[in-house]
Amino acid sequence: MAEANLTSALAAVIRRDLLLAMRRKSDVLTTLFFFVIVVSLFPLGIGPEMEMLRRIAPGILWVAALLATMLALPRLFAADYADGTLEQMALSAVPLGVLVTGKIVAHWLLSGLPLALLAPVLGLQFDLQADALGVMVLALLIGTPVLSLIGAVGAGLTLGVRGGGVLVSLLVLPLYVPVLIFGAGAVESHISGLGATAHLSLLAAFLALAAFFGPWATTVALRIALE
Amino acid sequence: MLEASNLECVRGEKSLFRGLSFRLETGACLMVQGANGSGKTSLLRMLCGLSQPAQGEIRWNGGPIRKLAEDYRGELLYCGHAGAVKEDLTALENARLSATLAGSAVDEDAARQALRQLGLKGREDLPARVLSAGQKRRVALTRLLLEKRRLWVLDEPLTALDKAAVANLCGVIDAHLAGGGMAVLTSHQELPLAGRVDHLRLG
Repeated sequence: MAEANLTSALAAVIRRDLLLAMRRKSDVLTTLFFFVIVVSLFPLGIGPEMEMLRRIAPGILWVAALLATMLALPRLFAADYADGTLEQMALSAVPLGVLVTGKIVAHWLLSGLPLALLAPVLGLQFDLQADALGVMVLALLIGTPVLSLIGAVGAGLTLGVRGGGVLVSLLVLPLYVPVLIFGAGAVESHISGLGATAHLSLLAAFLALAAFFGPWATTVALRIALE
Repeated sequence: MLEASNLECVRGEKSLFRGLSFRLETGACLMVQGANGSGKTSLLRMLCGLSQPAQGEIRWNGGPIRKLAEDYRGELLYCGHAGAVKEDLTALENARLSATLAGSAVDEDAARQALRQLGLKGREDLPARVLSAGQKRRVALTRLLLEKRRLWVLDEPLTALDKAAVANLCGVIDAHLAGGGMAVLTSHQELPLAGRVDHLRLG
């Protein structure tokens, strides 16, 4: 199959998933509101203790981002599985890995990217400085695609399983831990003056690894689910 | 040429069929018949490569379909119970997107033409959610016209279709077979096809 066909199929899947999301906005908005509300609850609960808020901000933003991405995971393949589209994707002349990559990219565009863009606004509540917010956004931009990639494997493995939503959290959250540590660590080490480069490089390494193995593992999981 | 040799299908503890062999030449049509639960859909899914037979092998032009992978899928069109029609998309969007996902993108005119041919004129821009079951089925069947594939595997293609649509579909299948295509299908109704139809009875 020609390369042009692969890229056009990839673009078509992304466009399709974005179009479907636009037709059913509530799904996407749920994730975003969840993120906003969870993050905002902490300053309200803790009160105006600037020192404390500054210290816990990176961790809280990251944990909330993790949970918000999780929330959107069960939907990643469920609808396509139920109406037979996934079967058709598995039988396409385009390799399933390409189509799955498209779905993961769309998932990130609808969950990870908006979270990263919202983060600086929410970070203001924690009295984070502008440069720390910049690092936060950068870390989220590198880290959230990893969450989508790992999450897709979990969503594939739990497809069609009863209570898959709970199972996917048990399966995926432990795998999110490295991203959480280095993502939050990047902001903390920037604030403490050590510089965030090391943490960000490690996050980027995770991204490279996940981008390589994620779609492949998801494809294998989906083929098993379809059998 | 599609060739199945010595297929066995096992569901749970039970063997649905074993020692099943057949051969499908260019221009031939195979009608799989049997009671509910006799393994018709299982057989069709095996022929597509969606599930693996417990025993035996399926070959396309001499090569096992497991090895051929995308080369085989590029010749295959499967239409299952689930129509892969998205409720939130219009009939036209459904037709175009499913063709693109299958790897044979079509332009808007071709898609509109196919929808008209299946009797969906004036419904092209309605969301599939408001279409009737039969109309959704027709949207799903536009893939037959839009994707140029040699082997059609159709699982109960007549479900929910009215008389006119059945006749229409038979015409489409006849044209496909006359053009050197092949088809494997299941149906509980009689399918008035023009050419010769081989029958395979399961159970």
